[in-house]
Amino acid sequence: MERIYMDNAATTATDPTVLEEMKPYFTEVYGNPSSFHSFGREARDAVREARDKVADLISADDAKEIVFTSGGTESDNYAIKGVAEELKDKGKHIITSSIEHHAVLHTCEYLEDKGFDVTYLPVDEDGLVDPADVKDAIREDTILITIMLANNEVGTIQPISEISEIAQENDITIHTDAVQAVGSIPVDVNELNVDLLSLSGHKFHSPKGIGALYIRQGTRIEKYLHGGAQERGRRATTENVAGIVGLGKAAQIAGQNLEEKQAKITQLRDKLIDGILEEIDEIKLNGHRTKRLPGNVNFSIRYIEGESILMKLDLAGIAASSGSACTSGSLEASHVLLAMGLSAEVAHGSLRLSLSKYNTEEDIDKVLNVLPEVVSDLRAMSPIYNQD
Amino acid sequence: MMDYSDKVMDHFENPRNVGEIEDADGVGQVGNPSCGDIMKMYIKVDDDNKISDVKFKTFGCGAAIATSSITTELVKGKTLDEAKELSNQAVAEALGGLPDVKMHCSNLAADALRKAINNYLGIETEEEDDFHCHHQHG
Ligand SMILES: Cc1ncc(COP(=O)(O)O)c(C=O)c1O
Ligand code: FES
Repeated sequence: MERIYMDNAATTATDPTVLEEMKPYFTEVYGNPSSFHSFGREARDAVREARDKVADLISADDAKEIVFTSGGTESDNYAIKGVAEELKDKGKHIITSSIEHHAVLHTCEYLEDKGFDVTYLPVDEDGLVDPADVKDAIREDTILITIMLANNEVGTIQPISEISEIAQENDITIHTDAVQAVGSIPVDVNELNVDLLSLSGHKFHSPKGIGALYIRQGTRIEKYLHGGAQERGRRATTENVAGIVGLGKAAQIAGQNLEEKQAKITQLRDKLIDGILEEIDEIKLNGHRTKRLPGNVNFSIRYIEGESILMKLDLAGIAASSGSACTSGSLEASHVLLAMGLSAEVAHGSLRLSLSKYNTEEDIDKVLNVLPEVVSDLRAMSPIYNQD
Repeated sequence: MMDYSDKVMDHFENPRNVGEIEDADGVGQVGNPSCGDIMKMYIKVDDDNKISDVKFKTFGCGAAIATSSITTELVKGKTLDEAKELSNQAVAEALGGLPDVKMHCSNLAADALRKAINNYLGIETEEEDDFHCHHQHG
């Protein structure tokens, strides 16, 4: 059976060009970038080049502002804990939103345990944070604002430049988790005017386990890993050279004709959204209709539950995801959908289909062909669906 | 995706005894939509106190659907006393096992069935605590 991958918000396929670029860095150019000899220099050059490419993709002024990490989770941890540790004598208040990825939310909860105070801002029914709420939440002791650029579940894109203006007026450090945005929409750290920005390679066709934290020059932040002098002493450990080369190549590819690719994926997304709305009744599009990631489609389908939708789709060869997850005691509805005001019942019926540059028109047609039947099968089984 | 056994997948793909019984002798429902699962069982009881027919409707995860289906198979033709004894372990075993995090779902089907039997027998069952979404462990 030919399978269709529509879970690109979870992770993407590594671009074969990226893989080719990485290959020599395992068995040929295997030197330690810190080493004096030519082996080391070759690796050093490769890392420098990759850093330039990543800096380019997000329009950073200086490649020194890029610190390579193991991915989005580490970048978020580094940014938030690093600022909290550095500025704890100045204040202990952090502002975030209630729809952040767990990499941010659980880090904030950890800091709450350590005596920090965190404000979790609400969002509207489209998943948007109101900049006025950010302003109202600011206190004397606020040291950090961390709000994601684009949401991983519903794709809503936040007004970060407006929020950073407020941060700047109040002299507060601002971080954004741009893991879902980088590589899929234009991201410019100066336009966004943020001090810190997280990105992760595996969301835009580089391998898993490599990412970066952008740290604007002059930002006060504690080191993350203590040890050698790698990454200017901010994150010790011998560099993941092949991964870094892969991230650099993926960044370069992502930046080429970005708007064109974005338009093409947006068009597929809209075809999928419109088609689903046409074919299936009693469903709701989650997330903002236009201020959303080009590849994100998220629906709540009434009267049925997410996992069983995923199972039926998987059997038909379609890989998707849902905001309904079974934990050991019960099913848990997505914190994002609940924060957007959905009832738990409706949140349980959520389905996310996320596209990448590798999805085609035929993929969309297949989903539009399969999904209505999946839904009607499950609804026929549902005790809360009224068939009349 | 969960690592379900072939048996679970079979019952999920081809659920047995789905539907309603118009003139059911007993009906039982457990769960709550806000918890992500509801199970409803319908039974017909014959003169020998045996379950002559049973049907279900389920809103829930894959395990919920498969456990409902196997439960109907396990109790069809059984006496009410035998059917009442059905444990969630027996349900899970008949499915070739369930992933650990999914075990709680196997309680639902047996609970719904017991409720349907009690309904037939005219016994009031206590309402579950619907607020916490913790399935009763039997
Ligand atoms: C918004 C967001 N932040 C952080 C992460 C974590 O990234 P990683 O898997 O690279 O640690 C993800 C990906 O799951 C994400 O979508
Ligand atoms: S809700 Fe069915 S097993 Fe968790």
